[in-house]
Amino acid sequence: MRGETQERLAIVLRVMVPAALALGAGAIILLMLGRDPLAYYGYVLKRGLLTWGGLQETLTRTAPLLLIAAGLIVAFRAGIWNLGGDGQFLLGAVATAGLGPLLIDVLPRGATLIACMAAAALTAALWSLIPAVLKARYGVNEVVSSLMMSFLGASFANLLVKTVLRDRTTAVPKTPDLPVADRLPPVLGNVHLGVLIALAAVVLVHLAITRTAFGLKLQVLGANPAVARHAGLNVTWITIASFTLSAALIGLGGSIEILGVWGTVRADWNPAFGLLVVPIVFLARLNGYAVIVFTLCVAVLMIGGESAARRLGVQQHFVWVLLALLLIFLALLEHFDQVRRARRAI
Amino acid sequence: MSSESSPVAAVCNITKRFPGVLANDGISLEFHGGEIHVLLGENGAGKSTLIGMLAGMHQPDAGEIWIGGRPVTFRSPRESLALGVGTVFQHGLLVPSLTVIENLMLGGRWWRPLGYATALARFRQLSRLLGLSIDPHAAAGRLSLGEQQQIEILRALWREGRLLILDEPTAMLTPQGAQHLGSVMRRLKEQGLALLLVTHKLPEACQWGDRISVLRRGRLIGQISPDTLRRTNAAQTRETALGMMFGGEAATGNGEASRRERRSGRGRRGDRTTPPRLSVRGLRTAATPGECPLSEVSFDLWPGEILGIAGVDGNGQKHLAEVLAGQRHALQGQITLEGWEVTAEDAAGRRRRGIRYITDDRLNEATVGGFSVAINLLLKDIGDPPYWRHGIGDFELIHRHAREVIRSNDIRTPSEKTPLGRLSGGNIQKVVLARELDRETAVAILSKPTHGLDLHNCLLARERILDDELLVISDRIAVMFQGRLTGVVENGAGAARAVARLMTGDVGP
Repeated sequence: MRGETQERLAIVLRVMVPAALALGAGAIILLMLGRDPLAYYGYVLKRGLLTWGGLQETLTRTAPLLLIAAGLIVAFRAGIWNLGGDGQFLLGAVATAGLGPLLIDVLPRGATLIACMAAAALTAALWSLIPAVLKARYGVNEVVSSLMMSFLGASFANLLVKTVLRDRTTAVPKTPDLPVADRLPPVLGNVHLGVLIALAAVVLVHLAITRTAFGLKLQVLGANPAVARHAGLNVTWITIASFTLSAALIGLGGSIEILGVWGTVRADWNPAFGLLVVPIVFLARLNGYAVIVFTLCVAVLMIGGESAARRLGVQQHFVWVLLALLLIFLALLEHFDQVRRARRAI
Repeated sequence: MSSESSPVAAVCNITKRFPGVLANDGISLEFHGGEIHVLLGENGAGKSTLIGMLAGMHQPDAGEIWIGGRPVTFRSPRESLALGVGTVFQHGLLVPSLTVIENLMLGGRWWRPLGYATALARFRQLSRLLGLSIDPHAAAGRLSLGEQQQIEILRALWREGRLLILDEPTAMLTPQGAQHLGSVMRRLKEQGLALLLVTHKLPEACQWGDRISVLRRGRLIGQISPDTLRRTNAAQTRETALGMMFGGEAATGNGEASRRERRSGRGRRGDRTTPPRLSVRGLRTAATPGECPLSEVSFDLWPGEILGIAGVDGNGQKHLAEVLAGQRHALQGQITLEGWEVTAEDAAGRRRRGIRYITDDRLNEATVGGFSVAINLLLKDIGDPPYWRHGIGDFELIHRHAREVIRSNDIRTPSEKTPLGRLSGGNIQKVVLARELDRETAVAILSKPTHGLDLHNCLLARERILDDELLVISDRIAVMFQGRLTGVVENGAGAARAVARLMTGDVGP
C-alpha cells in the first residue's frame, strides 16, 4: 500500500516539477521582455479561471479540445500517429456549417443537431480513410500521410466555404449562419451542451480502452504490432477502425465548435487546435481523466492568455511558449529518470 | 607460397567478454598474404565478435591485433579501414538510393569535395582487377545482391587493402553468385591479399580455404594448415572439421545413447498407424530482405511425435514456424490438420483448431512487457467468453483465472497484476507455455523453447512440454538448409552426426 501511495506521489511530482520549471523559465523570458511575470501569471489565472465570464469562456473552449483529445487517445493507444487533426476538425466544422442551416428549415432542432454531428463525424472519418488504408494495406507512414491529408482537408474545407457553401447574402466569404436559437442549448450560463458531450466522449473513450476487448486489442497493437500479429488479431481492421474512429471524434469536435459557438465557418478560419492537443495528450500519458485536467489547464492559459495579450501586450503565442517549455522539461525529467533507473538496475 | 612468409595481420591471445558470455577466449590467428583463411563455427561460436574487433567495431579486453608486424588499436571502423583491413558484412550496408560511385565516395572527410574523376578511375582499376562489369552510375538498390556484395568488396579495398574479411558472404547469394564470388576471391589472392572467410558451410570452406580454423564457444578448437589441406582429400577434411565444430559428443554419439534410453523408457513414439495429424506439402514463402524464404517444404507429423527442426539460424526455420501458425502467408503449398485444409485460415482460426505457436521471441512477440501477467495469459483470447462478455472485460474473472494459472504453474510473481516485464526470463516462459499448452493443443510449434533459459528453467520448461504428452526429445529430426528441408533423420545411433552434416549443407556422402 505504501508503495502504491509513493508511486502516485511520483506520478504527480513528475508533472508538477516540470510545470514549476516551465513557469520559472517562462518568468525569465517575460523578465527579458520587460514584463512583470507575476502580473502576467496573475492576470492569466484571474481572467481564465477566477472570473465568472472567464470561467465560462474557458469551459466552452474545453469542448473542441476534449473531443480532439479523445480522438487522439484512440489513435495513439493503437500506435497510430494521426496528425491530421486540423483537416479532420475543419471538415467536420464545414460539414456542420453547410448542413445545419439547410436542415433547420425542415427538421426540428434536436434532429438537426444530431444529423449535423453525425455528418461531421462521418466526413472526417471518410477523409481519414485514405491514410488509414494506406497504412493498413501498404504500411505507408501515417505521420506523413495524415499530415499531408490535413493540409489538403483544410484547403478543401476552405474551398467549400468560398464556393458551394458560401452565404450569398453577404460580401464576407462565409457559410450561412445557424440562428443562435437553433444552436446547442446552454447548460450553465453561456456554457453550451457540447462541453458535456465532449466530457462524456472522453470518459467513454477511456472506459472503452481500459475495459473492453476492442480497447485491449487496440492497446496490444499499440504496444507491439508483432505481438498483435502473433496473437492473431486482425491488424488491418484494427488499424482502420481506430484511425477512422479517431477522425470521427475530431470531426465531432469541429461540429460542436460550430453548433455551440460560431454557427458559421468563415473562410480561412483555422484555430489549429489539432496539433495543440497532441502535447496535452502526451502529457496525460493517454489517460482520459488526466486529459480532462490538463485540457482545463490549457484552456485557462488560452483564454487568460488571449485577454493578457489585449491588456498587457504579451503576445498570445506566449501560451504556446509555456506549453513548449513544459514539454521540454517533461522530456528532460523523463530522460534523467530513466538514466537513474538504468544505473540502479546495474 | 604463403605459410612461410610473415603474416600480413594477426590476432594474438585475443579475449572479449560481454555481460554473461566469454565471446572470445584467448584466440590467436594469423592471416597471410595470398591465402584464404576460413573461420568455421556454429552460431554463437564467437566469429562475429572476432570480426567486430578486426573491423574496429569493438575493442578486445585482452590480447593484441597485429598489422604489418606492429601491434595496433582500432578505436573505430575508420581506423581499421585506414590500416588496410576491409570488412564485408553479411547484410549489405549500401545506401540504396545513391549510385554505386556515390556509395563508394561516402566515408571521406566531410570538408573534402567529392572527386568524381579520381573515384571513377579507382573504380575502373579495381573493376579490372576483380573482373567486374558494373555500371558505376546505377542506383545501388537496383543491383542484384551479388553485385551489391561486389561493390562492398570494392569499398573494402578502396584504400589499398591488406586484409579482406568476408562475413558469411554466400548467405544471400544464388549458386551462380557464389561461383562468381569464388573467382573474385581467387583474383584477390593472386594479388597477394590476405582473405578471412567466415562461414558455417563446410563445402565452401573446403572448396576455397587454404587454411581452416574452427571456433567453438569462443575458443579456437583447431586448425587445418595449408600443408594438411593439400595432403588430405575433401571428404577427410570435412570429417575433421565436423568433429571440431560439433565436438566429441556428436562424433561418438555417447550422449545420444543415454538420451535414447531415457526416451524409450518413457515408451512414447509417434503412432504411425493413424493418419498424420499435420501434413505439409510444397510450402513456399516470399523472400523478404534479410530473411530466408521456404522452398518446397513437405513433411508429416503424427500424433504423439516430436519432429525436431535443426539447422543453422537463418535457414528458413522462422518462416516455417510462422507459416504453420498462420502469421505468414504461403505463396504455394498446403497445410492440413487432421484432414482439414487450414492453409487459408488466419492465425486466430488455426489457434482455435489447436495449432499453437510458441515463438522464441518471448519479449517482443509473445508478450507485452508493460501489460499485467493476467492480461498476457489471455493475450490470444481477447474478447472471448467467459472473460469478456459482449466485448466488456470481466476483470474479476480475468484476475481469478490468472491466480489459478500462477499457482498451478508455479509462476513466481508478486501478483497477477504485476507487469510481465518485471518477471525473470524463466517465469515469462512459464506464462507463455501456460497460455499455449492446454487440453485443446493439437500441434505445438516450439521455436527454441529453452533458448536463453538457465539449466533449471530449461528442465522446468521441458517438463511442462512433457506433461502435455509431447515428448522429451525428437523422434525424427528434419534439417533445414537455405529454406529447404535437406533431410529427415530418424533419431538413433549416428543421428547427431548426420544432422551436423546436413546443417552445414553437406549433402554428399
